[in-house]
Amino acid sequence: MEAVINMVLLTLLVVVTLGVVRLRNLFAVVILGSIYSFLMASVFIVLDAVDVAMTEASVGAGISTVLMLTVLSMTRVEEAKPAHSPLLPLFVASATAAILIYGTWDLPGFGLAQTPVNTHVGAAYLERSIADTGVPNVVTSVLASYRGFDTLGETAVVFTAGIGVLLLLRRGRSRARLKKRQEERT
Amino acid sequence: MKLDVVLRIVTKLMLPFMLVFAAYVQFHGDYGPGGGFQAGVIAGAALILYAIMFGLEQSMRVVPTWVVEKMIPAGVLLYAGVGAVSFFYGENFLDYDVLGHDHVHAQELGIFLVELGVFITVAGTMIAIFYGFAGRGREE
Amino acid sequence: MELAQTIIAHYNHWITIFLMVAGLYVVVARGNMVKKLVGLSLFQTSVYLLYISPGKIIGGTPPILDQGIEVYSNPLPHVLILTAIVVGVATLSLGLGLVVRINEVYGTIEEDEIFEQGDDDE
Repeated sequence: MEAVINMVLLTLLVVVTLGVVRLRNLFAVVILGSIYSFLMASVFIVLDAVDVAMTEASVGAGISTVLMLTVLSMTRVEEAKPAHSPLLPLFVASATAAILIYGTWDLPGFGLAQTPVNTHVGAAYLERSIADTGVPNVVTSVLASYRGFDTLGETAVVFTAGIGVLLLLRRGRSRARLKKRQEERT
Repeated sequence: MKLDVVLRIVTKLMLPFMLVFAAYVQFHGDYGPGGGFQAGVIAGAALILYAIMFGLEQSMRVVPTWVVEKMIPAGVLLYAGVGAVSFFYGENFLDYDVLGHDHVHAQELGIFLVELGVFITVAGTMIAIFYGFAGRGREE
Repeated sequence: MELAQTIIAHYNHWITIFLMVAGLYVVVARGNMVKKLVGLSLFQTSVYLLYISPGKIIGGTPPILDQGIEVYSNPLPHVLILTAIVVGVATLSLGLGLVVRINEVYGTIEEDEIFEQGDDDE
């Protein structure tokens, strides 16, 4: 049953993706992207990743849609007709897909417990979390305790990106200061 | 304009619940789905909704730009500071055991502080990014 | 019957590959920068799916420990992707910031039109 729901949602995801690729009205593309994120969040719930689903729904469907719409309000909404033939990119994409699909034959199937991914470190976290940290949500204990160093790095990346956006987009104070400096010179 | 009234009133009604939900996601993250990243994004989204409905000036009066700009590094500093405390007790970086009298309590306190740091940075970054984009659109 | 089993076993992989390739196609074939960023996020979400899919165990529950439950899905990929999503939106906004600046300087976000203008200046 889980596998069937998963497959139906993934098929819907493909339909939305085709819309995103084909449409040239960017407003429609951004809204379809929001729908895409909600579908992806549903897939994550079916795949038992509730924390990830919550993040994807709030980030993908919420914040990034708002940011994209803000940018669209400053630029134009209609995409220009592509000047180049799409045949070469299409060929590159299909060739990549063919190679990758050839690579999937040796991968373990969907939902199995006895795969290398699920038997080593993940299972160990599940066994030890309560004794080590007393936190029932293993995702939180791994995020903040076992792999705290990792999360520190991720926070630093968010910090860096935030500073980068501020540097790119804020001009009020620096402009005023620049003008003052120029006035002082003259 | 009539529709606008409905949106404004509903926004006012929704905002406290959004912020309480963000707090719930933050502090209940040990026992249910959630944590600093999600709570930060939800709190940021609440303020963004407020800014969209009532204007950028109004929301900058609630959360001024300088507060947001301090929040971004403050969270990272809190996180790294929790890690650095262990240094002074001769332990490894981010070893929470020194924070409390027994192992499990120390871990819980460490996780709480670290998640708080994540929350501050993520919420600050989301709000700062939105202020940046929205302010840019206004000036043109 | 065997064919159906093969499809169920690898469906997630194939959809992941389709999404990844669709993102790649949009990034390469389209000249509009907002569209390119949408393509990049398509690519990125396909990676999320790639990580989360193998962690699922049929009959398992989300990894929040409770009494009376035996099978949990693997929490490790969830942690990795959880942080990746937030980092993803941060980098996406950095890209959007660049788009806004390019639009201010060139008055367009189409790659071809920017190249034409670049030739005029030289």
